[in-house]
Amino acid sequence: MVETAFKLVALRAALDRPGEARATSLVPLGHGPADACLKGGLRQGALHEVYAAEASHEPAATGFALTLAARMAGKRRWLLWVRQDFAALEEGEPHGVGLAELGLDPAHVLMVHAANATDVLRATAEGLATASLGAVVVEPWGEPKLFDLVTSRRLTLAAARNNVTAILLRPGAEPWPSAAETRWLIRAARSQGGQEDWGQENWGTPVFDASLVRNRHGTTGQWVMEWNCDDRVYRPAAHPRVMAAAPADGSATARAAFGR
Amino acid sequence: MDNALRLSAVDAQAAKLGLSPGMALADARAMIPALDVIAADEAADRKLLERIADWCERFSPLVALDAPHGLFFDVTGTPHLFGGERAMLETVRRAIANQGFSIRLALAGTGAAARALAAYADGTIVEPGCDAQSVAPLRVAGLMVDPAIVYGLHRAGLKTIGAVAARARHELASRFGGAFVTQLDRTLGREDEPISPRHPLPDCMTERRFAEPVVTDDVVADTIHALAESIAGLLEKRGEGARQLEAAFFRADGQMRRIAIAMARPTRDPAIAARLFHEKLDALANPLDPGFGFDLIRLSAITTEPLNPQATSFDSRENEKKEIDFLIDRLSARFGATRVLRFQPQDTHIPEAASVALPAQYSAPSKLTWTAMRAPAEAPRRPLRLFAKPEPIEVMAEIPDGPPLRFRWRRVLHAVSLAEGPERIAMEWWRMQDSMPTRDYFRIEDEQGRRFWLYRDGLYNRETSAPRWFMHGVFA
Repeated sequence: MVETAFKLVALRAALDRPGEARATSLVPLGHGPADACLKGGLRQGALHEVYAAEASHEPAATGFALTLAARMAGKRRWLLWVRQDFAALEEGEPHGVGLAELGLDPAHVLMVHAANATDVLRATAEGLATASLGAVVVEPWGEPKLFDLVTSRRLTLAAARNNVTAILLRPGAEPWPSAAETRWLIRAARSQGGQEDWGQENWGTPVFDASLVRNRHGTTGQWVMEWNCDDRVYRPAAHPRVMAAAPADGSATARAAFGR
Repeated sequence: MDNALRLSAVDAQAAKLGLSPGMALADARAMIPALDVIAADEAADRKLLERIADWCERFSPLVALDAPHGLFFDVTGTPHLFGGERAMLETVRRAIANQGFSIRLALAGTGAAARALAAYADGTIVEPGCDAQSVAPLRVAGLMVDPAIVYGLHRAGLKTIGAVAARARHELASRFGGAFVTQLDRTLGREDEPISPRHPLPDCMTERRFAEPVVTDDVVADTIHALAESIAGLLEKRGEGARQLEAAFFRADGQMRRIAIAMARPTRDPAIAARLFHEKLDALANPLDPGFGFDLIRLSAITTEPLNPQATSFDSRENEKKEIDFLIDRLSARFGATRVLRFQPQDTHIPEAASVALPAQYSAPSKLTWTAMRAPAEAPRRPLRLFAKPEPIEVMAEIPDGPPLRFRWRRVLHAVSLAEGPERIAMEWWRMQDSMPTRDYFRIEDEQGRRFWLYRDGLYNRETSAPRWFMHGVFA
């Protein structure tokens, strides 16, 4: 009886939040502690934000956003990548072979070059209305006024309607209050190859130092994850070699090293 | 004769004063000292004629230019829409005259006959097969041939087309050339002359005329939907679907605008067409201006492809393809086909050429497949993002042909902690005119784990003594 009452309350709460009424599934990342913190995984059909911890770690953030999108897509094959023109100038053009090397299928990646932030949102809305899409990676440039709390709420609702995950990649932007389900701060971490056979170090698969700084349904945390390009899954890094306080580029130590 | 400024056209008042086209400007000035002269602008005349031609497609889809001042309509099968030939002629006359142009027109079996009649017997309608009788009384100038030939015909005492036609062909041919005889036969309706329409006849078209011009977007949208429905019926009978649809909006005041949409796969679903037109119209930089209203909206299927009726598929792959294609169409209609891209592999080992992004709407899925370069469990060999133009960097290396130790890129110094390479990539000498230096690529990881793809341009001591370094891409 009590259980039924609880269920009723939960259902009523779900009705009050019409956008989230549809049961959305959780997709495990594959990284045990992170999945535990996320209570099983990342929510499909929601908005997730990915920021680079520093501007120079933007490529790692892109990699994390794309691999996350591939993971969230599940059985659906298609990804839509909406990108503002300026982002390409600054960050370089996406490379099909590079996508394939990461374990994604470039034949099923659709790219939209949007001229401005408004077009980015329009294209995203079209994408989120297409139930066959696995996920939409949204990449505006900088901090357009348009991307505010209301917009993030709208994106959340649109993502829930068709259960299409929206991943908002924000190059050149600082974290800002939003209705996102989760927010990730990404920096690159040293790769895990490390074996010094034959005096040569191996270059390993991409490693992300991922901080979950916002989680609507749980606590936050920080993990070092390695992306497995073959199984398309995140794994705990074997020997995390994260620098406690990495000196910023051009800092005194770095300059001293070069000057000598 | 050739260097004199001449009058190319005169208005009604000037004609009354005795001026005529072809007269030298000096003579005209001598007659009328207060003459008002405007320099002829052939390009503007041509543009005006083209715009009139566009608008006249409301009368017949096949309109051809007859520069400098004429238009041909192929009205085969259309007069009944206007209530007969006479009524159609009067409709055209009224429509053009209302816009302030003076017009002369005629309807005949061939273009040349119609042109001669329009010039010298305005308003004539020739019964089928009677072209020769109709043009016979016209002056020879109606043949629209070189003035020297007209002069020659006059000298020979041949004043009318009928008189010329009565002469033997071989006489005319030997005196005035074969082309003249052809022109004569065309004017007499003995030889058919195809007109070259400005736009090809669409595979299917439907149109709606409005007694009261329509202005509001809603009515326009509803009309497009209704037209798309009727064109779907036509296409279904032909077993085809449209790849390109064009809507033509004719304004009552002589303007005309065409809007075209394209589809990634042949379709005849009116809802899809209406939606794509909505996207396209909504995104126009130069919006559709109804002015005083559209009195005719026409929808034509420009490109069609076979489309066989299909039962609704339960195959989720098929539905997925349908949905994605519709998404591509919507995005392309709004942002333009060149902004909606799909990656295609290329059979080359030049890194920047190995993947191209092509308009998704037009690119068929490639026969080449994406194959991973890396072995299983290996790290990616190609970067996630490539710079369109490799950026020069400053590099310190232990030995000139070894991997870098430190490098400076975008004013920031990076200390290399892991370097893998070189991966030597020679340029395609069989394609290049000038040989390009060989590149030695290194995959670099700096002390913070950021990963880069650098290359040294040219083999040390063989191709260059001071190799330059470039940043080509960044890894995830």
